[in-house]
Amino acid sequence: MSRLHRDRGFTHPIPSEITPRTVYEERRRVLQTLALGGAGAALAAWAGRDALAQAATRPGKLAALAAAPSAVPGASTLDKPTSYQDASTYNNFYEFGTDKADPARNAHTLKTDPWAVEVEGLVKKPGKYALEDLLRLSAQEERIYRLRCVEGWSMVIPWVGYSLSELVRRVEPLGSAKYVEFVTLADKARMPFLGSRVLDWPYVEGLRLDEAMHPLTLLAFGMYGEVLPNQNGAPVRLVVPWKYGFKSAKSIVKIRFTEKEPATAWNKAAPQEYGFYSNVNPLVDHPRWSQATERRIGEDGLFAKKRKTLMFNGYEAQVGQLYSGMDLRKFF
Amino acid sequence: MNRFLLHWAAKPVVFLLATGPTAWLVLAAAADLLGANPAQALIRSLGDWTLRMLCLVLAVTPLRVWTGWSALARFRRMLGLFVFFYALLHLLAYAWFDMGFDGGETLRDIAKRPFILVGVLAFLLLAVLAATSFDRAIRGLGGKRWRALHRAVYAVAILAVLHFYWMRAGKNDFAEVLVYGVLLAMLLGWRVWHQWRRRRIEAAQRHAVSAH
Repeated sequence: MSRLHRDRGFTHPIPSEITPRTVYEERRRVLQTLALGGAGAALAAWAGRDALAQAATRPGKLAALAAAPSAVPGASTLDKPTSYQDASTYNNFYEFGTDKADPARNAHTLKTDPWAVEVEGLVKKPGKYALEDLLRLSAQEERIYRLRCVEGWSMVIPWVGYSLSELVRRVEPLGSAKYVEFVTLADKARMPFLGSRVLDWPYVEGLRLDEAMHPLTLLAFGMYGEVLPNQNGAPVRLVVPWKYGFKSAKSIVKIRFTEKEPATAWNKAAPQEYGFYSNVNPLVDHPRWSQATERRIGEDGLFAKKRKTLMFNGYEAQVGQLYSGMDLRKFF
Repeated sequence: MNRFLLHWAAKPVVFLLATGPTAWLVLAAAADLLGANPAQALIRSLGDWTLRMLCLVLAVTPLRVWTGWSALARFRRMLGLFVFFYALLHLLAYAWFDMGFDGGETLRDIAKRPFILVGVLAFLLLAVLAATSFDRAIRGLGGKRWRALHRAVYAVAILAVLHFYWMRAGKNDFAEVLVYGVLLAMLLGWRVWHQWRRRRIEAAQRHAVSAH
């Protein structure tokens, strides 16, 4: 696994090997038109598969991380993936600055080798998992998820990882465990903006145990067929596609099983604005803006009307039952 | 300096400089240089430029008194109109890119979001000031009333900073807000101080006159 980390971000591909953006975008567009058009079911299926495979075309910036397409229902949206350029330069990762361009500029200071994730709290098998072991713990899958930011923009990202439930099952939660808390790195030496008082560091997120066990909840190690760029939460992060993006904690160092609902970073900072659940919900507005629509980064033109936000970000069929009987206005 | 400021080319130069940011934003949008979210970059940038213009126009009088460059007063109206111009573009960009020019949707959004309401209030005040910026309006209102009306720009400054503060409040990210807030507070504070000093001097003069 050390091979995987040796050249993280600092070796560059030969320019002639990079597929020009216009070329691969056109290729994708053609394939998707084929996939969606009436070119016959067989052809459509073939082209659709190819369109999906194209999504994971390696940008050639970081070490490859091989993955097989996921069989989990809902795990591969046919929405057009966001360009790697946009996905890796438009980020919220406040430990590296509050501007969207800051993380890509500043996150080179994040050293991710060695890395370990501590599992503690109400489990039978607590322990410290080296990244190498986590990477091997289960088969890596490609999941193409919509990502909806609470700020009203969205992307489509081909992640690489496996269901968090694989890890949860192995550490055997006790009957008293009701929640899972994710603690992310807070290291002043590696994160220049920890001095700012925007949030109470370390950044902490949390899920209910059944949410954490849902097959769509992803423990991600890569995107676009490569290991995660630092600014996207290297080396290991959470991706919960039906919740606003800030729930998907980046650069995780600790996973704790608890009986009480964890106090999460944004909820502590502004409880009236960010609830513990923070499920994507077009019917429940943020106090300062509407959540009914969103702008798809890199796709919706400047003058295009914003697209409608889907209930649970379009994953209602898969996750709706987790919240049956709950008042989603109260538990926002 | 005054000779410089009175040069026939001075006004066109200031005009061109003030339109520069608009030209740049249009070009950058066309050339896809505004990053992953150009709509947001445009809206925010236009808001930033409104604040900058506001600081500039409010700096004219203190600078004039401080340096004695009386010809600076020539640029005050133009800079004031540029504040309105950037505020108008800022509002249009929001209505267009964020709201798709849907009137009903925009009104509902303004009513729902206090920070936008505050921004719209500031814009309406600016619109009144822009509409009464002509010589004929000044004559029609009479200098005294006109000056009183145009002190509303101080309210605009306060509303503008509140609008910016509120926008950033959710992220506890006030560094930039503080810069504009302090700058505008200094510019408004100078006026209070200046007024107070003038009154004291006048009172002292009256006192001196009556003592004789």
